[in-house]
Amino acid sequence: MRVKQISVFLENKSGRLAQVTRVLGENGINIRALAIADTTDFGILRLIVNDPELAYRVLKEAGFTVSVTDVIAVEVADEPGGLARVLAVLAEANINIEYLYAFVQRTASAALVVFRVEQLDEAVGALQAKGVRILAGEEVYTL
Amino acid sequence: MYWNQKYETMPREELRALQLERLQLTVERVYRNVPFYRQRFTEMGIKPSSIRSLEDLRRLPFTTKQDLRDNYPFGLFAVPLSEVVRIHASSGTTGKPTVVGYTQNDIRTWAELIARCLVCAGATKFDVVQNAYGYGLFTGGLGLHFGAELLGATVVPVSGGNTQRQLMLMQDFGTTILCCTPSYALYMAEEGQKMGIDFKKLPLKAGIFGAEPWSERMRAQLEEKLDLMALDIYGLSEIMGPGVAMECRYKQGMHIFEDHFIPEIIDPDTGEVLPPGEEGELVITTITKEAFPLIRYRTRDVTRLVVDPCPCGRTHARITRITGRTDDMLIIRGVNVFPSQVESVLLEFGETEPHYLLVVDRKANLDHLEIWVEVAEHMFSDKVRQLEDLEGRLRERIQSVLGISAKVKLVEPNTIPRFEGKAKRVVDRREI
Repeated sequence: MRVKQISVFLENKSGRLAQVTRVLGENGINIRALAIADTTDFGILRLIVNDPELAYRVLKEAGFTVSVTDVIAVEVADEPGGLARVLAVLAEANINIEYLYAFVQRTASAALVVFRVEQLDEAVGALQAKGVRILAGEEVYTL
Repeated sequence: MYWNQKYETMPREELRALQLERLQLTVERVYRNVPFYRQRFTEMGIKPSSIRSLEDLRRLPFTTKQDLRDNYPFGLFAVPLSEVVRIHASSGTTGKPTVVGYTQNDIRTWAELIARCLVCAGATKFDVVQNAYGYGLFTGGLGLHFGAELLGATVVPVSGGNTQRQLMLMQDFGTTILCCTPSYALYMAEEGQKMGIDFKKLPLKAGIFGAEPWSERMRAQLEEKLDLMALDIYGLSEIMGPGVAMECRYKQGMHIFEDHFIPEIIDPDTGEVLPPGEEGELVITTITKEAFPLIRYRTRDVTRLVVDPCPCGRTHARITRITGRTDDMLIIRGVNVFPSQVESVLLEFGETEPHYLLVVDRKANLDHLEIWVEVAEHMFSDKVRQLEDLEGRLRERIQSVLGISAKVKLVEPNTIPRFEGKAKRVVDRREI
């Protein structure tokens, strides 16, 4: 039920994002989802890719500071109130969300959202109990 | 005009005799009272009786900042703590400061030498001295203070910072002598101009500027903007504090008060003493200090010694402007900073081989320090909050160790240039 997210430390200077995507592209790695958090001086690029292990290795070799974090990918009904319902489940279970971001692709009737939470197992349990579908890592990598 | 004409204008032959007598007493005293020196002298086969002429000074060992650190905090004191009436401290090369002590007599000597400095700047008891050097462990504030009181001037112990208030007091109290770092004086001048202050209408007559390197270009700016005579003062806490040497109105180098200190210029690599006029590292031996006498202390400051007579009549030799350092110490806003201090903080944070760079710049006459730290994998987090928290903790710890604020900037690995495997630690962009 866990998906491996690759995080990359980036300084706020031009060309850094291009460099990361170039390294990934040259190694045949496909980006499934991405988000950037930024401050005045630096940014953190978060990526879901088709081959997280390879992505970690090639980025590290290219001299980036990289880490791998477990996140969950949740199917959210593609209709008004869809995300609100999922968030309500997590709020009820007292689970704090560090951050979330949406996938580039989506299935026929649903959107995919990545959640980064501290209490991963509790989040999975609470969501599944309410019938929310969570995608396995393999499913996400091969989307 | 002199504060102490007898000593300040003493014929050089007589001065040298006095120096020898005082040197012999100092060597005798440190041999007797400071185990560190007794051991050093013994290792080198030197007895106090070995010092028969001033030339014999060269036979004595150097004292370094490392020796001060090894004997932290009071190991080099030559008197019991009961005789010490004050402690000051300055930056050490790592987390621990360099500690110095003064007896009642040392404080009196210091005040006398500062009074001489003030008189060099033309001060009398009728002057109002605005002392904007920092008060506290730093020697600048209290050092100047006692000398100005001894002179009988009116001291305004405003300490550093709070520019608006400095400028208000300067106008309201009729400050005639300003004491601070030259960069801060320039900053005040420019802030004052913005506020519409016409410095030409103020009674300011002299500035005693020190605690950091400066230039003739800055002197011209200071004299023009503040309408005063800008003079350079030299000192270091290990030797005493400010007042080791001071420019007279002829501005041809700083008279080093040779009745209390013996200066030498050495080749920093070989330790060999260089003839007058040659540039090298300044080494000072204190010959009257009681609590914290130092033999041949390596100041790491690069300068030249000028012994030609000065038109002012003072016979004491002069040192020219400090042109550099023989170590990696930086002076930022008048505060001594060693890159190794930053390294020691990073080591506390679990960095085994920290990669960092100190970037120093001067914007609108104020020094800015930025510390770049390469983000290693174990410091990195996918959460912004955690990285910002790391930045914040580093900033606080560095401020507490350095004594000045710095901006911490997290940078990507391999951002900081390496030369022959060794990283460059400092980029100083200031133009002085």
